[in-house]
Amino acid sequence: MRVGVITFPGTLDDVDAARAVRYAGGEAVSLWHADHDLKGVDAVIVPGGFSYGDYLRCGAIARFAPVMQEVVEAANKGMPVLGICNGFQILCEAHLLPGALVRNSKLHFVCRDQWLRVENNETAWTTRYDRGAEILVPLKSGEGGYQADQRTLDELEGEGRVVYRYVGEDPNGSRNGIAGITSANGRVVGLMPHPEHAIDALTGPTDDGLGMFLSLVDSVVKA
Amino acid sequence: MARVVVDVMPKPEILDPQGQAVANALPRLGFDGITTVRQGKHFELEVADDVDDATLAKIAETFLANPVIEDWVVRRVEA
Repeated sequence: MRVGVITFPGTLDDVDAARAVRYAGGEAVSLWHADHDLKGVDAVIVPGGFSYGDYLRCGAIARFAPVMQEVVEAANKGMPVLGICNGFQILCEAHLLPGALVRNSKLHFVCRDQWLRVENNETAWTTRYDRGAEILVPLKSGEGGYQADQRTLDELEGEGRVVYRYVGEDPNGSRNGIAGITSANGRVVGLMPHPEHAIDALTGPTDDGLGMFLSLVDSVVKA
Repeated sequence: MARVVVDVMPKPEILDPQGQAVANALPRLGFDGITTVRQGKHFELEVADDVDDATLAKIAETFLANPVIEDWVVRRVEA
């Protein structure tokens, strides 16, 4: 089970994402933004950070990186892809996921441990969770407000494609309290909070995030 | 060479917290009578003469703006 972890200039969380893959029993493979090469991996994680300094818009420049062209092509063939935080923003800019992330409604950068409710446990990345379970993982973002037009929101809600919702007060003005969504085929998932920072109680608030990486390893072993 | 201006604004239905923050600051600073502020981006491009309008529209639509959340306008101006 080889899982690619992309590094762009300005990526911060590639090391933790790779560590989460290893904790789950997978092999983490470093992918470089400038390469047209996925090195034969079975899945890809687009990690958090500030790719290209978040210039223009978060994810707007990363979307055009050579490695992202390969990710889009592979995702369209069904490869599991996970975008965390800046990675979620990049997947939206790349049109692998609908909608966009905008400045937090209260303008402040939010950095805290955040409860999420699992709304969909049938994606490639969430089968280890019970539907309705609540997990505690870090949230750290300044532009985490999920926005989409009403038709898109209705589609996401109607098809059960909201994967995570914020529990309690909405931290960033996301519509319908959406913290994470999935593609129509359940293979591509994006979320603003950081499961890769919550895989071991020694270094995170919980190990609740590890389930995402275990789910992925399960899905590929089964397939 | 021609000068081209691209203005990118958040769509009316998208919350614009930065514009709201500016609007809220104005009365505190003693400026009254301003009811709404929307904040966007303004790009100035120096463009070779053989770049056509369709290309400029594509630049705005696919790169300078995100049409999910933003509207854009391209116009050629006197340099």
